[in-house]
Amino acid sequence: MEEGKLSRKDFLRRTGGLLAASIVPMSLVEIACGGRGKGTHEKFTFAFISDPHLTHIKGTNFVRNFDSGLNKAIETVNLMFPRPDFVVFGGDLAQLGKREELDHGMELLSKLKVPVKYVIGEHDYYLDLGNYWQDKISKLNYSFDHKGVHFVVLNSILTYDTWIKRWKTPEERMNEMARLDNPNGSPFMVGDDQITWLKKDLENVKSGTPLVVLSHSPLYKIYKPWNFWTDDAETIQSILSRFDNVTVFHGHVHQVLYNQIKNISFYALMSTAWPWPYPESYTQSPNYIPKMTVFMNRQDPFHERDGTGWAFVNMDNAREEMHYKLWENKDRIVKYDDSAGHPVDSEYQKPESRILPQTHY
Amino acid sequence: MDHPHIFRDRSKSKILVGISVSIFFLIFGTVSLVFGDDWDKSNEDKWNAAFMETVAQGEKLFHGPQLGGNTVQCAMCHPNATNTHPETYPKFQKQIGKVSTLREMINWCIQNPLQGKPLAYDDPKMIALEAYIMYERRNSVLSPGKH
Repeated sequence: MEEGKLSRKDFLRRTGGLLAASIVPMSLVEIACGGRGKGTHEKFTFAFISDPHLTHIKGTNFVRNFDSGLNKAIETVNLMFPRPDFVVFGGDLAQLGKREELDHGMELLSKLKVPVKYVIGEHDYYLDLGNYWQDKISKLNYSFDHKGVHFVVLNSILTYDTWIKRWKTPEERMNEMARLDNPNGSPFMVGDDQITWLKKDLENVKSGTPLVVLSHSPLYKIYKPWNFWTDDAETIQSILSRFDNVTVFHGHVHQVLYNQIKNISFYALMSTAWPWPYPESYTQSPNYIPKMTVFMNRQDPFHERDGTGWAFVNMDNAREEMHYKLWENKDRIVKYDDSAGHPVDSEYQKPESRILPQTHY
Repeated sequence: MDHPHIFRDRSKSKILVGISVSIFFLIFGTVSLVFGDDWDKSNEDKWNAAFMETVAQGEKLFHGPQLGGNTVQCAMCHPNATNTHPETYPKFQKQIGKVSTLREMINWCIQNPLQGKPLAYDDPKMIALEAYIMYERRNSVLSPGKH
């Protein structure tokens, strides 16, 4: 293409972008809510993309459906105005941790027009125990400050050495960990080394500073048979207990899910690839799904992108506001409610306000 | 009036009936031991073992790449066969446009997310998948037709 000239393709892409941008309800970004946070920081937004599970078939072939989910998220994030300060990638870029999958994922993510903060998931880790990820993509745990908020990234998908040594090959280990309903599974944990690191990292952070923790698995216990579980969650929670304003964002569960445990608010991300049912739909073992969570709609299998999506987080002076962008369903906004003392869905929290599909199975 | 002959005949016929009944039970009782319903606990165990073996085959198919063309597995969307709701079929499946069976829905999943070829409805693989799905949903309330 010559400089200064637009190709037909580029013209369509740009005008299409403008049209789509005008549909995304960005006025919401300016909504302010009351808050308990003592820290002051500048307003900003960040986007959240998680769990694309890109799957290598053979040669240069990948599962089309999962590619299209990630691409759709990237394209929509690029259309955000104002543009988010960064994107958090919540883990499980690959399905089986293969280099082909991680390289392919990085190629797709390179289209994002903002920087990316990476969190590793178990599907990225258990083939080579995170080597390729650390070489090519990101550290496994780190922290950074952004406009007055302290961010901590944890690698929460470690597990016991005895389990890791149980398998003959890296492939076998990866396949066992990749199966969600595996009766031979092993629970996730953050581990002692990282706990020591976390304590040190937080030493000089004032308790009034808003703190955001990013992890792949939930830093609380939901359902052990599917590994919606972090074994040393209580230890992490106690380290975070002195902060006034703590939020944990995590991937892994592929669904809208939120919780409040003491001073910590938790928000989960949907997957861009496929949704998971809520564990309470399988009644063979007890589960601890937070009672306050309003479930997302059961997906319609005939609509490929139903039950999947991404999110953006609006950080204002007080508290986070989680905007769940469900592609085939109405968006959901969940934010901390001071009077309730926990996150509340702005529209569906009261049972009488729920639309029929919120409860149908 | 005295009717000794009649009384004598009646007692004779009673004996005859008694003998016939005994012979009847002797013959049919013996026959049923050989050819009749042979239910006992050991057989029940055998049948259950056959069912559980089929469940195990279904579990393998459900967690393996062999049904599809793109390595995607049923269990990726349906851990422990959740969100399959076999207890609601047959039901009106809006997207298929008619009252459909679980097997039709299984084939839809094999053809679409799994990019594979549909199974014949009497294919042992189909029966194994159905057995696994049903087993994982044990104790669910039967709600035919419910979407």
